[in-house]
Amino acid sequence: MSKSVRIRYFAAFRDAAGVAEERVETTAETLEQLFEERVAAHAGLRAEVQAKVAVNDALVAWSDGFSDDDEVLFFPPVAGG
Amino acid sequence: MSERPSVLARATARESAESSQDDGFFIVHGPIDLDAVRAALEDQRCGAAVFFEGRVRDHNEGRQVDRLEYEVYEPLSVSEGRRIIDEARERWSILGAVGVHRGGLLELGDIAVVVGVVSPHRDEAFQAARYIIDEAKQRLPIWKREHYTDGDRHWVNCRRCSGDHAHPPPGDP
Repeated sequence: MSKSVRIRYFAAFRDAAGVAEERVETTAETLEQLFEERVAAHAGLRAEVQAKVAVNDALVAWSDGFSDDDEVLFFPPVAGG
Repeated sequence: MSERPSVLARATARESAESSQDDGFFIVHGPIDLDAVRAALEDQRCGAAVFFEGRVRDHNEGRQVDRLEYEVYEPLSVSEGRRIIDEARERWSILGAVGVHRGGLLELGDIAVVVGVVSPHRDEAFQAARYIIDEAKQRLPIWKREHYTDGDRHWVNCRRCSGDHAHPPPGDP
């Protein structure tokens, strides 16, 4: 079943995707699959081992699912401090 | 108590009233007010106060750094930072802890992050401060972009995903 989600990219992911956010229709079931779809859609975007993902402002696992109308945040490896 | 310096007072007011203490993690977009951090941690039960300052260094991985840019996703940095402080309070008998991270453009020598911890005795304060800064660096959605003296720039820790630098850092395969 197709879902519509809002995706936001941060820092290096935003530079690589060339967009800060987008709304997409997807049949992906997990967040990992959703990211893989976006990698296929954006030439510069690559998976990163230390990347994190959040849904509706809560950090979640890449293997988690998501719901229609969720806001998904893709975080490249962090480097605070 | 004397009037609280502005930045932290504002940030504290924005936090909910869930905690009566001044504990918390804050994001600011100007210079970090160290006096405010110190004032928030005044506690006569505590004989030890440990403060860590993270400053902008002029080099990284063999390259000369000119300035730094921090991008912060604030909602999650604040909530995750608070969670880290709560974890530290559960592990050590500390009586107060504050973290402040700065976003935006920083020059060499500027303070990027401050962690302050108070406890009755010094050992707990040292350990908890170390825990809070280490966890914050690994968990908060904050990204650092180094601007080099040669005009190049690079998102730190992001070797493959960053297409904005011409030369990979040394050691990159």
